[in-house]
Amino acid sequence: MASNASVVHDHHHDDHDHKPGFFARWFLSTNHKDIGTLYLIFAIFAGLLGGALSGLIRWELYEPGLQVFVKGSLLDQLGVFQGKHGYNSVVTAHAVLMIFFMVMPAMIGGFGNWFVPIMIGAPDMAFPRLNNISFWLLVASFILLMVSIFVPGGPGGASEHGFGGGWTMYPPMSSNKGSPGAAFDLIIFSFHLSGASSILGAINFITTIFNMRAPGMTLHRMPLFAWSVLVTAFLLLLSLPVFAGAITMLLTDRNFGTAFFDPAGGGDPVMYQHLFWFFGHPEVYILILPGFGIISHVVSTFSKKPVFGYLAMAYAMVAIGFVGFIVWAHHMYTVGMGFNLRAYFVMATMVIAVPTGVKIFSWIATMWGGSLDFKVPMLWAIGFIFLFTVGGVTGVVLSNAGIDYSLHDTYYVVAHFHYVLSLGAVFAIFCGFYYWYEKMFGIKYNELLGQIHFWLMFVGVNVIFFPQHFLGLQGMPRRYVDYPEGFAYWNKISSIGYAITAIGVVVFLIMIVESVIRRRKAEANPWGEGATTLEWTLSSPPPYHQFSELPVIKDDDGHH
Amino acid sequence: MRIRRLMAGTAAVMTALAGALGAGAVWAQEKLGQPTDKSLGLQPGAAPLKHDAIWFHDIILLPIITVIVLFVLALLIWIVLRYNKRANPKPASFSHNTAIEILWTVIPVLILVFIAFFSFSLLRKYNDMPTPDVVVKATGYQWYWAYDYPELGVEGVESRLLPEARELKTAHAAKVPFLLGVDNELIVPVNKVVQVQVTGYDVIHSFAMPAFGLKTDAIPGRLNSTWFRAEKTGIYYGQCSELCGVDHAYMPIAIRVVTEKEFDAYIIKAGGKTKAMIAAEEAAAAAAAQQTAVNAVASADASAAASAAAPAEADAAASAAAPAVQ
Repeated sequence: MASNASVVHDHHHDDHDHKPGFFARWFLSTNHKDIGTLYLIFAIFAGLLGGALSGLIRWELYEPGLQVFVKGSLLDQLGVFQGKHGYNSVVTAHAVLMIFFMVMPAMIGGFGNWFVPIMIGAPDMAFPRLNNISFWLLVASFILLMVSIFVPGGPGGASEHGFGGGWTMYPPMSSNKGSPGAAFDLIIFSFHLSGASSILGAINFITTIFNMRAPGMTLHRMPLFAWSVLVTAFLLLLSLPVFAGAITMLLTDRNFGTAFFDPAGGGDPVMYQHLFWFFGHPEVYILILPGFGIISHVVSTFSKKPVFGYLAMAYAMVAIGFVGFIVWAHHMYTVGMGFNLRAYFVMATMVIAVPTGVKIFSWIATMWGGSLDFKVPMLWAIGFIFLFTVGGVTGVVLSNAGIDYSLHDTYYVVAHFHYVLSLGAVFAIFCGFYYWYEKMFGIKYNELLGQIHFWLMFVGVNVIFFPQHFLGLQGMPRRYVDYPEGFAYWNKISSIGYAITAIGVVVFLIMIVESVIRRRKAEANPWGEGATTLEWTLSSPPPYHQFSELPVIKDDDGHH
Repeated sequence: MRIRRLMAGTAAVMTALAGALGAGAVWAQEKLGQPTDKSLGLQPGAAPLKHDAIWFHDIILLPIITVIVLFVLALLIWIVLRYNKRANPKPASFSHNTAIEILWTVIPVLILVFIAFFSFSLLRKYNDMPTPDVVVKATGYQWYWAYDYPELGVEGVESRLLPEARELKTAHAAKVPFLLGVDNELIVPVNKVVQVQVTGYDVIHSFAMPAFGLKTDAIPGRLNSTWFRAEKTGIYYGQCSELCGVDHAYMPIAIRVVTEKEFDAYIIKAGGKTKAMIAAEEAAAAAAAQQTAVNAVASADASAAASAAAPAEADAAASAAAPAVQ
């Protein structure tokens, strides 16, 4: 491998930074860094869209009574998301956008593509063309999702556009009776494509990490971000086929008269839920694991200390990934499972708290005794550690079936998963974005704008989601377009939090525009002695093809 | 025995702790049976399962998770103050400490085992339904509930959101709870074990009653079961808790808990029979059957075909005559 790479690059030794023309570079791209950039732009775009949709949700829920999803409102006149069905399709589209088109592309497609090859000392991904098709399948998938919003989807006829059955797509809501229009068929195809995209990406990452590590870069010296992507890739590879099977059965139930999930034909709607959550639970770890990797690097860099308990950190992720496959039915305590089954899932679910606790405490121990520099990425990392802890402990609460009967499908669950995803995964993404911004784009961001962005988001998301715990404890169900007056106060607070967060996002965009206009020249390593992974040995931005000569990793290099 | 004493002891300590933390359930003036604005905790309970769930949450879980979060927060604050680059310009370089790693693996395990102990006992209570006094069947439709009392002969009581409760203004004018008031509540007797069999007609709904700590999915093709024993008369509201279409937020569950007398009167008025009436009828039928048996012996040469048809005819006659009995 090593000799092959050097032979190829010897031919055009002097023009290894030669870039193809605009179209060939960005549309036929096989360069892992360019594809990573495409993924990041795509994720920002999808994130803004998904964030705007959550704005519609919070606008509607600002006070009791219908204001937005009602006849004669602004949305109604615009002709999108009309009426209460519109609300359900907004909730669905928000979830799908954020999970499949924002967090996954940013973490795995974006940062994974950019930094896994560099961190392991490889010139590129193992299958550059596969990498290209992974990205463009995602674009096609996104288009299908967008089209689905504008075609009939509800049982109420042509005026009900989009699929309103939630991202979990439980039949019979998602059957041809519950959602007769073409919207849901388009969403199934959309998931087929994004699933194929992710599986191809996962194969690419696994192959790259197993075969293309630089000499001396053993698995146990590999940086934790590469570890996190490796574990994530296995989760994708093992869970997505099950998901693909489940939605394909839905497709044939809807269109070809099968009855996999139709009790009238001998099927079982609960079977779908088992299949879905067998994918769905690993999926939530897919969203957060790469974030764990990013946080480890940032915490270590800005503490100027090596990661505490490196091996425990790596194997904690492996453990989380493994246990993530055997806890799925904790999403289904209310479907009528036997006592022993519920008891098992309670126990297995609680076990996840142990490796997660190891990670939290190891990050704290990494900082302990360090010399901390509170640059923007570090703020996001510390914010992540605290908020992920809050989201984690409410997860322990929800793991108990006995409490889940009071909290299942309420805003407590919404608060929980937004604390681990919106405040966990998204904070990790911003953390990585600021950490690697100079490295990726070769320009410096404005430190002050970054700090303002962090504080607005930190306050904003907490104001949105913390009161939702109270709503859930009082029993407010999820996915409600309107609610009794007993839920009015905290909903109003929550919506105010959205406004704060939205201002934070505006500052984020200003930060990008400012840095692009000013074009402050980046340094190869702006973070100093704490930044030890291989990307900091390269220029910023890195050469178009890096490591024409493979780096050799020695035992004491401390690249993790 | 020892376990119970241990639980009681822990309860006393934890109650004090939870009180100090301002746990939601001790919040003053919470409404019973519906959400209270600005409140922070679980809805107050009106059934044993919910009391146990509240105890488990407020006394066991909430203090533990609060302490963990505050502990992590305190560590972070300490790190920020003590180990910032001005206070600590020279970073340490340690990256291992086996003892502490074992500690932060084992202690969480012990905490979880402690939680699991109470968790399983609560789950057991949910699971072990006492012999029910009344069985009701709740069927979720898009978008209303229908209730049957299969043993008492009352069927198809449709419970829909009151039209005036759909809008804030009309709800205020009519003095009905917005989005909660229904035309026909599910009526059950107080202090009796009520088994609720839950199923769905079209899509999945979920039968939820926060004051009783209930949530059971109404799934087409499946008959789920849950139970409660309401401790106080009054009206209790819950809401459908599984996304079921455009009017998901418009199919509340309302349970009116009444005295046994009122319950019997309701059943009779609805065209059913109370348990006492059914028992009396059964006794009468048994006596009649005995009489028939005597007669049958007397006319032993009746044809086999005729006697085979007889039970079915007798059933049909009995059910046709049933309303007339009252």
